[in-house]
Amino acid sequence: MAWVLDHLDLVWSLTLTHVGLCVPPIVLGFVISVPLGYWASRSSAARSVLLTAGNIAYTIPGIALVVLVPVVLGLPILNPLNVVVALLLYAVAIMVRSAADAFASVAAEVRQSATAQGFAATQLFWRVELPLAGPVLLAGVRVVSVSTISLATVAALVGIPSLGSFFTDGFQRNFAVETLTGLVAVLVVAAVFDLILGGLGRLLMPWNRRRRLSSSAAKALSQPIPTTGRF
Amino acid sequence: MSIEFRHVRKTYPDGTTAVEDFSVTIPSHSTTVFVGSSGCGKTTLLRMINRMVDPSEGEVLIDGEPVSGIEPVALRRRIGYVMQNSGLLPHRTVLDNVATVPVLTGTPKAKARQEALAQLDRVGLDRSLANRYPGQLSGGQQQRVGVARGLAADPNILLMDEPFGAVDPIVRDELQQELLRLQRELGKTTVFVTHDIDEAFLLGSQVVILQRGGIIAQIGSPAEILAHPASDFVADFVGAKRGKRRLTAEERSAGDDVLLVDAGGYPAGVISAPDGRLILAGAGPKSRSVSNKTDQAGDA
Repeated sequence: MAWVLDHLDLVWSLTLTHVGLCVPPIVLGFVISVPLGYWASRSSAARSVLLTAGNIAYTIPGIALVVLVPVVLGLPILNPLNVVVALLLYAVAIMVRSAADAFASVAAEVRQSATAQGFAATQLFWRVELPLAGPVLLAGVRVVSVSTISLATVAALVGIPSLGSFFTDGFQRNFAVETLTGLVAVLVVAAVFDLILGGLGRLLMPWNRRRRLSSSAAKALSQPIPTTGRF
Repeated sequence: MSIEFRHVRKTYPDGTTAVEDFSVTIPSHSTTVFVGSSGCGKTTLLRMINRMVDPSEGEVLIDGEPVSGIEPVALRRRIGYVMQNSGLLPHRTVLDNVATVPVLTGTPKAKARQEALAQLDRVGLDRSLANRYPGQLSGGQQQRVGVARGLAADPNILLMDEPFGAVDPIVRDELQQELLRLQRELGKTTVFVTHDIDEAFLLGSQVVILQRGGIIAQIGSPAEILAHPASDFVADFVGAKRGKRRLTAEERSAGDDVLLVDAGGYPAGVISAPDGRLILAGAGPKSRSVSNKTDQAGDA
């Protein structure tokens, strides 16, 4: 405990670095996945191609990807952007499926009725389909958030600082307290992110609180959460 | 706002024909009901009016103007549409649901909401429901919101696709009476789709009985159809064949009322007969003093 108190500065700065690595892939992953998921919900050919690609991308081991990305992008191996790109790939791989399920969960009769009232196609998307896909999209983002925060620790293996640095350092020095500190910090960051996302969901979707989820949405939500440990 | 179907045909890419050669004129300011079993193309026909479905051949005209020449989104905004299970937007409050079309056509939100409150009054909904979400309402209340939404932009044409199909018979009765009252007040050109012949006879001034493929089995007023079914199919469909429409007075009377039974011997209603003499309403076949609801009300 004394070690932790002595190194609070380090814990805080690595936490900020870690958050800095995680936020761009989570946000960008969402922005990229929504149109892809919408497309997948509209065309069964697109669905099978996108979801298969997502599954394959997700099976690439994290360490391999962190080493591969700089080669592909031509960036120095110590550039944090490599990690961001790798995490983004995983985020999209998970999120596309959630987004496809989210748009598929919008009841056909609601879409038809909105069309009959005179919503044009773009209005239908922004004002009806996207908000109604919201609960399942949110569930997907929460999984992506936890997964990304956990995965970002891999960065330490190639020498890019993150909360994972506590793992590598603690392991090399055979110092369990340091490893444990890193672990707790990762859990706290993940919990805080999840609280923020949950709060955003309640704020943006007040209608969802007072309403039981439609059965299709509930089904999409009850999918198993992908495993996130990637060492 | 009369609507005319001219030799309309609808064939889907997979080769199935939903409607073959359908022609009908729907007079303005009255209710026309398309009635038939599932698969008769009634919903397809209804959706041709607001271009949710475009016919493969033939055309639909509103006041002589082909709808194919009208931009679909603009067309839909001037036609009210009410459907089964209300089709309300679950993420919007009752008030915002009712205000949907006025907001789409550019009415400022505050003004549209103000007018939506008046619409709630009109369909018999308490204003305290205004800020609820559809999921918090009963089926009957949702359906009333659906009707209020359909009427909000004051369209000349109202399309109703089995709007009362999913509510229980008592609530359905109330909603039907409410619709009759609204129709007397507003006189919209209403096209109503149902599979329930009792509902068709109650609401329609013109009833179109459809067979599979949108073939017109008979078209006419409820009285004409009941008195002179054009075919065995119609007689069967309206229940005449099974004796459901052929009522006889039972000897056993209940005070001033005489019990009426159908040909199967089932009680179908009562008719007032003080001192054993039937009172003729004088309105002829239009009289609705005989309640002859069949068990079809429970089919939904």
